[in-house]
Amino acid sequence: MSSVETLEKTASPTDTSIGHDQMNIVIVGHVDHGKSTVIGRLMADTDSLPKGKLEQVKAYCAANSRPFEYAYLLDALKDEQSQGITIDSARCFFKTKKRHYIIIDAPGHIEFLKNMISGAARAEAALLVIDAKEGVQENSKRHGHMVSMLGIKQVVVLVNKLDLVDYQEDVFKKIQEEYSAFLKELNVTPITYIPISALQGDNIAKASTKMPWYNGPSILEQMDLFAKQVKDVGLPFRMPVQDIYKFTEENDDRRIVSGTIDSGTISVGQSVVFYPSLKSSTIKSIEAFSAPEHKTVGAGMAIGFTLTSQIYIRPGELMVRGDESDNAPHVSTRFKVNIFWMGKAPMIKNKQYKLKIAAKHSTVRLVEIVNVLDASDLSSMQNKQHIDRHDVAEIILETSKPIAFDLSSDLENTGRFVIVDNYEIAGGGIILDQLEGEESILKEQVQKREFTWAHSSLTSESRASKFGHKPQFILFTGDKYYDTMELAMALEKQLFQDNCNVYYLGAKNLRDDAGQDMSDNREEQVRRMGELARILTDSGQIFISTIPELDRFDIQTLQLLSKPYDILVVNVGENYFQEYKPDMLLKFNKSTKELVADVISELKTRKIIG
Amino acid sequence: MNSKATLEPVVKPMDHLDKLEALSVHILREAYREFNNLCMLWSIGKDSTVLLWLARKAFFGHVPIPLVHIDTHFKIPAMIQYRDDLARKWKLNMVYGENAKALAEKQTYPDGNISRLQCCKNLKSEALKHTLSGEWTRYRMNHNTGQYEPDTNQEPYTGVIVGARSDEEGSRSKERYFSPRDKQNDWDVGDQPPELWNQYKTDFAPGTHVRVHPLLDWTELNIWEYIHRENIPITDLYFDQGEGKRYRSLGCFPCTSAVESTAKNTSEIIEELKSGKFSNIAERSGREQDKEDGGTLETLRREGYM
Repeated sequence: MSSVETLEKTASPTDTSIGHDQMNIVIVGHVDHGKSTVIGRLMADTDSLPKGKLEQVKAYCAANSRPFEYAYLLDALKDEQSQGITIDSARCFFKTKKRHYIIIDAPGHIEFLKNMISGAARAEAALLVIDAKEGVQENSKRHGHMVSMLGIKQVVVLVNKLDLVDYQEDVFKKIQEEYSAFLKELNVTPITYIPISALQGDNIAKASTKMPWYNGPSILEQMDLFAKQVKDVGLPFRMPVQDIYKFTEENDDRRIVSGTIDSGTISVGQSVVFYPSLKSSTIKSIEAFSAPEHKTVGAGMAIGFTLTSQIYIRPGELMVRGDESDNAPHVSTRFKVNIFWMGKAPMIKNKQYKLKIAAKHSTVRLVEIVNVLDASDLSSMQNKQHIDRHDVAEIILETSKPIAFDLSSDLENTGRFVIVDNYEIAGGGIILDQLEGEESILKEQVQKREFTWAHSSLTSESRASKFGHKPQFILFTGDKYYDTMELAMALEKQLFQDNCNVYYLGAKNLRDDAGQDMSDNREEQVRRMGELARILTDSGQIFISTIPELDRFDIQTLQLLSKPYDILVVNVGENYFQEYKPDMLLKFNKSTKELVADVISELKTRKIIG
Repeated sequence: MNSKATLEPVVKPMDHLDKLEALSVHILREAYREFNNLCMLWSIGKDSTVLLWLARKAFFGHVPIPLVHIDTHFKIPAMIQYRDDLARKWKLNMVYGENAKALAEKQTYPDGNISRLQCCKNLKSEALKHTLSGEWTRYRMNHNTGQYEPDTNQEPYTGVIVGARSDEEGSRSKERYFSPRDKQNDWDVGDQPPELWNQYKTDFAPGTHVRVHPLLDWTELNIWEYIHRENIPITDLYFDQGEGKRYRSLGCFPCTSAVESTAKNTSEIIEELKSGKFSNIAERSGREQDKEDGGTLETLRREGYM
């Protein structure tokens, strides 16, 4: 039980006299293809084992009349021993003269695929183990697929147990050919294939003498040849906005747009555009606590910025450099992706899921399954109507509002996403292509709604003549929520006194429940508001509501849902819209009474009221 | 994508501490964005003090998250003094909790009535559980008086940021950055949520408690290198005061012993760690309760120990 700790203590990067260079490498392979033996051997041959452990395990094997295997050693070091399989991505530490390694031992059993993926997603290189005698198995192919999707660029294939096939070159070559052909379809090109016998120590830490036909490196030599991943400073600038902070303690008046830079560099004075809102500004300062002043920052840094102008942006937007418009991100509601599914429940069409891409959360639906790949032979199943656990599929997704993203072939970090189902990360994937957002689920729903609408025998005109005014949805928006709300309620009161059939509804009343996070529920809140507006205006009323911080996409959604009626959008206070023009712009430079009079006068101009 | 025609200004490459810092800051911001009733545990030790510093990094000098300390009343007195000094200086939202009943009834190891492990359970695990849930009185520092007062906020903290590191001991190496505990505080080691790239599990069913571990990838050496580089004020119990001894891990005085060391400052500690002097001695070897637990914290951790 305590041996794992001892192991990690002994070989932990703490006791170092060499440099700080550290690399995560994931090792994957089908069960019984010798993964544990490879790790056990690597640790033994680099003197990374706790004192006496090797002797202890050897003695145990001798006493129990079993041939010693390095796999036992590793098993002995793991508290998952009782189950005989690695249930989580255990980490083993060892070092060479060049650097420290953390070997992430990913479980081979398919039940633990999500653990393998968590481990592998952190890796800079992957070692794929294949048994020379058994050859390429279904899991070998599935693992190849995962490595491809996870974006691990440095892949080395270890063909193990060469001792069982008399160190024959043609066995090795045959596996290399077969697996290469398979990986090629996934756009994975292994750096090299290494013939090994983990049991005999061939080509593990040093070159084997038993395979004169092989001149390549041993595993250890190859590991030292892996290149450290360089952060993508040379690529177009992307920073997903994680949050916007304004901490007012100690008279701090900075409004800081913060996040971790995914790629590229940016300097003070450069212009920035936020996607998808398309709002723009200029970098005023780069903010960091207790750090030297920065004028330029780049990929990998968790940082903050102040802007020269006060624009309203939300967490989740993508900050892009204004001078890099040639490399602007895509903005759409529809896109084609490759996905692998880990969820207990299958992924089904038209169910609402949560999409997380960069810092953006959005609701998303599966609209079309292009094909489901059988990961074992890459044959596709065309007629599948859902995606099962462990399936890899090419599908089309649709978000309820346009989101900003990159194609994963252009920029990896902003081109990949996860899907949350029932609170769990159930799928992960990469974006292959943008699709035009002409057709949308919402549009179809509204068309269907209007087609099947059960019309009453009363006409809109007859209601208008009875009430003495036309129906109208008046939507107030602005940054000062409570002042705006007060104005909306004052308008309701005035119209009521003028004998109008009027109703004010607070946006908050449309929330799911008080405990829910507003930001996640916002799209649903907007949708409900639109549906209600359709009903209340149809009843002939003047319907008033206030939703703070609307963006142009919200307004598009509301306009679509309110059809066939129009919306009067009134912006109060600072106007943060850049790409959309509200119907009325009011400032707080007048009394509430005067502002109410302005709206009433606009309603008269529009012939809503007499 | 077009390749860049213009020459970009040079950005200083990030070293290993920069990278660890950036990831921890990212996780802290993610936690702050996603969870409403969030707190951060501050044991006064080096790891959670680094965590506190990283929070100031993440939030640009501010710490918008309450800091919770579980006071066993057997802590080395200098630790409490240091805690309150720093809380006043940095205007921290400082909260402490305790197991008042066990203390009053002397159900503690130093009182000679129970085992070390049971004492940890009483004064730490239980105190923590009920302090987080708001069932037991929390004491909050009033910055006008500099004194603690019973906290009027009794809302349960459902997100807890913890300074656990995976190199510390075995059971912590299986953690995720965002790790759920159910209502019984149970931790299902075998069924951990997947973490892909920088997407973490931040969606939880109502009633789930979440532990956030921004320091998972840091080693003991990294912690000291960072304290040194950032000049983070740290309690001097970690340094030799001329007696040839220092604490490597801090806890309650009856159960924590010092290690032999003449390291008087951060650079000397870094030298000492690099020398390999402690390479065969676990960091928590001075913590007696671990030994009763078969050398692993797993039992305690399943029961809510941090």
